[in-house]
Formats: sequence, C-alpha cells, structure tokens
Amino acid sequence: MSECTIPTLTTLEVVEQKSVLPADYKADMAALKGLDLLPPVLELIRRASSRLPQDVIDALVKGRDAEEEGSRAFNTLNDMVKNILLADGHVTPLCQDTGTVIFWVRHPYGLSQHQAKEQIRAAVVEATKRVWLRPNCVESLTGKNTGNNLDPFHEGHPVVHFEEWEKPGIEVAVMLKGGGCENVGAQYRLPDVTIGAGRDIGGVRKCIIDAVVKAQGQGCSPGILGVAIGGDRVTGYEKSKEVILRKLGTANPDPKMDAFEKAITSDLNTLGIGPMGYGGNTTVLGVHVEEMFRHPASFFVSISYMCWSSRRRVMTIASHGEVSFD
Amino acid sequence: MIRLTTPISEDQIRQLKVGDEVLLNGKLVLSRDMGHKYMKENHPDWLKPVLEGMVIYHCGPVVRKEPDGSWTFVAAGPTTSIREEPYQADVIDFYKVRGVIGKGGMGKKTSDGLVKTGAVYLHATGGAGALLAAQVKRVVDVHMLEEFGSPEAFWVIEVEDFPVVVTMDSHGGSLHEIVLAESQARAKALMA
Repeated sequence: MSECTIPTLTTLEVVEQKSVLPADYKADMAALKGLDLLPPVLELIRRASSRLPQDVIDALVKGRDAEEEGSRAFNTLNDMVKNILLADGHVTPLCQDTGTVIFWVRHPYGLSQHQAKEQIRAAVVEATKRVWLRPNCVESLTGKNTGNNLDPFHEGHPVVHFEEWEKPGIEVAVMLKGGGCENVGAQYRLPDVTIGAGRDIGGVRKCIIDAVVKAQGQGCSPGILGVAIGGDRVTGYEKSKEVILRKLGTANPDPKMDAFEKAITSDLNTLGIGPMGYGGNTTVLGVHVEEMFRHPASFFVSISYMCWSSRRRVMTIASHGEVSFD
Repeated sequence: MIRLTTPISEDQIRQLKVGDEVLLNGKLVLSRDMGHKYMKENHPDWLKPVLEGMVIYHCGPVVRKEPDGSWTFVAAGPTTSIREEPYQADVIDFYKVRGVIGKGGMGKKTSDGLVKTGAVYLHATGGAGALLAAQVKRVVDVHMLEEFGSPEAFWVIEVEDFPVVVTMDSHGGSLHEIVLAESQARAKALMA
C-alpha cells in the first residue's frame, strides 16, 4: 500500500463509452415543455458519484506532496488518491455514503419546474437501482429507509433548487454531500463572545478557525469550506453550499475576498489536524467565501464543510441540445 | 507497517501503540447502530464464536447481489464511531473483541474499555469506500440481514492488507486527544 500513486483518471473517451447517453444524444430544446431530463441527469449522477473533479484531485496531490513521504498524513492522502482512481476505473461510488443529493437547476423561461423535478427524482431512483447512490433517505423518528432515495413529501430528498435565467441553455449542477461532513457544519451569530468574534472580517475569520478546530477530522479532512457572510439562517446555509461548487484554485471575483481566502487557508493548514485528523499540514484544500446582504440586526456566518471527496458535477445543455459535463 | 491476522491475541494487541499503521488480514465483522444496541441489550450467545478475538468494523457498505446469489462489496469505508459510545466498551468486554475499526475516534468510556479488556481503536480512511472494498477478498457470511437491512447487518468478510491506523491503544493513549489539544493551542494563538 506504500507505493506513491501518480493520478491519471480514465480518458474522456472511456467515460463517454460508459455513458448512459447514446453517442448522438441531443436534447430537444425546441420543445422545452416536453424535454426529458432523466437520461442526462442520470449520467450526471453517475459521473458525480464515481469521478472526482480534476481540481480536487490536484489539490489532494499537492497536499500529499507537501507532507513528509512515508508519514501517516502522506500515506492517508495517497490512499485517497488511489481510491479516486479505483472508483473512476470501476464506475463505483467513491464513498459508501453517497450523501444528500443536491441539485441546482438554471433554465430559460418555458421549462416546467414541476416536470423537471419529477424527472430528476426518477433519475435518482434509477441511479439508486444501479448502485451509484446508496438509499440515504430515512423517516426522521423511526429511521425507516424509503429504499429509493425519495422523500414522499417532496420536501427533503433529493434537494432541488430552481432558478430561471435569461440564457437559452440549461445548467444542472449536482453535489453529493456526505452525512459526516454535513454534521460538522456550523452557523455563528455575531457578535459571538465565546470566541471573541465581532461584526467584521476578523470576526468571520475566528468563526472559520473555531469551526475547523471543532470538526477535527470528523468531516473527513482535508475539507473544503463554503462560507456565507450574511443572509438569513436559511439563505446563508444555502449559499455556503453553493460556493463549494466553485473550482478549487479559481480566484474569488472580489480581490479583497480572494486575499482573505488565501490567507485563512494557509492559517488553517498550520492547525496540524491533517488528513482524517491524524496530524499533518493538510487540514483544508480551500476556503470559498461569499458576502451577502443581511438584516441590520442579524449577522450570520454560515459554514458548510465538504469532505475531501468533494463530489460535484455540472451539466450544460446548450441551446442546440448538445449535452456537456464539467 | 505492522501486519496482523485475526483472530488476534491480547498479547499482540497490548504491543500496539497510538500512531502505528497496521495492515489487517483475516475476518472482520461489520456492525453499526442497530447491531451495537442489540449486542448490549441482548448479549446473544450465538455471536460469541463469531466475535471472539475478532475486529468489529463500523461500516454500512454498498453491496451488490450477484446473479449466483453471492455478495460483492462495492463501497465500504468507515462510518462515524462515536454513535456506538454507549455500547462499545460493554460489547468489547462481553465478546472479547480485540479491535474496533471506524472513523472519528471514540470517548472516555470506550478508551477505559480498551484498557480493561485489551483492545484497540483502529482508524480507517473515511471516504475511501472503493479502496477499502477492494481489500475485501470475499463475503464469508451475513447475519440479521432480514431484521436489520443491508447497511446494519452483521457482515462477516475476509480482508487482505486492510489499511488502518491505531488512534486509541490499550494503554489509554489517544491520537485524537493529542491532535485536539495541539490544534486548540494553535487556534488560540491564531485568534489572539
């Protein structure tokens, strides 16, 4: 288990050979009302569950190579890389916890959200049958599993966010967010005297450090943090997940926030928590922060922790019907 | 790297120290929330020969039933162990279990139990579901599948070079406590 793995995912040609979509598949964008999102969304889930985005792999490899060769941290990060290659090669879930399945759909005027939601739910059921998703939807009090990943009341699972936009194409992003990392998310209300955090960027910084120390390795570190400053309790948490969709290594459009993200990332990596909390220099792979507006009386800092297995994918259906995945 | 094959003796376990990296071979028994509650409350005797000297793995696997009726582990990484804190020490002592694999570490009650009985807490890499499933050579048996459902059943599997780290040993040591204390001290300095 000790050989150092150089990560090379299967080629896109191989991924396309295994696709559930026929090679010449095109969505009929001329008839938005009758559009069937099931096949492309099923393929989107397949890729999200078994193939980690390249930017996440690059960050894990960079982390591994910054650890001392042969150390626990090095070996653990190396095992993570090996896991990524195995799951990709076999088209099996990266992790047995395939998480809460969260979708963001952006679409032009004319798409029926009701129909789209039914099609997305059907795709989730089919992905569960194909063992790309584990049945992860249980009744809260009895713990009884619905078995097909569907919440019968259409409220809890899967989560689907819709937004109408002015572009002609459709974009569907998906995130598979495991329970372990969801459990270590945190929301702070500033000022917070227990950690000495005031209503400014210094206070936000303290919240982030506090959340990461409390999480230790339990969110499957090295994690990726999504942070929303402001909003209300709901929109703040929503935003904190959405910002995790941004690729690691891309700049925050706000130069001041970009500098803050880079500084807090290096600070967090001096905490010594390391991969899985075993100790080491790689505690987080990145921190993404977005500032929202807020009610004058409320100042929330909402933090979502994404595990190292940051399973996210974006599918675009262009105006001429061609489907692409990123 | 230390190689150990189950069943493991108390003497072998007492030699392990926090931070040791171990490759496990032989049989492991999967159990999580429902299984632990059942073991503590009922102390079923039929589990004694299954568990003595063995290692329990906190895991709810993704399994596939093959056309010939056999089972394949598709993804099988560790789940969070702290949920078994009310039961673990009792289970370890009653069945003379020598190790528990999971993630996130466990509390004082379990730590005391490890010292008393002679057992260790072994940490597996969370999220490495595909890699850890690849170390499963075969599914030997499954108990209580009907009653508990697949993620909660007592799966008995045979593994080869299953990679784990000793994070709580049988002498009261805990890597989790060390990392927590050091990171809290560093955080205090960063927030000053």
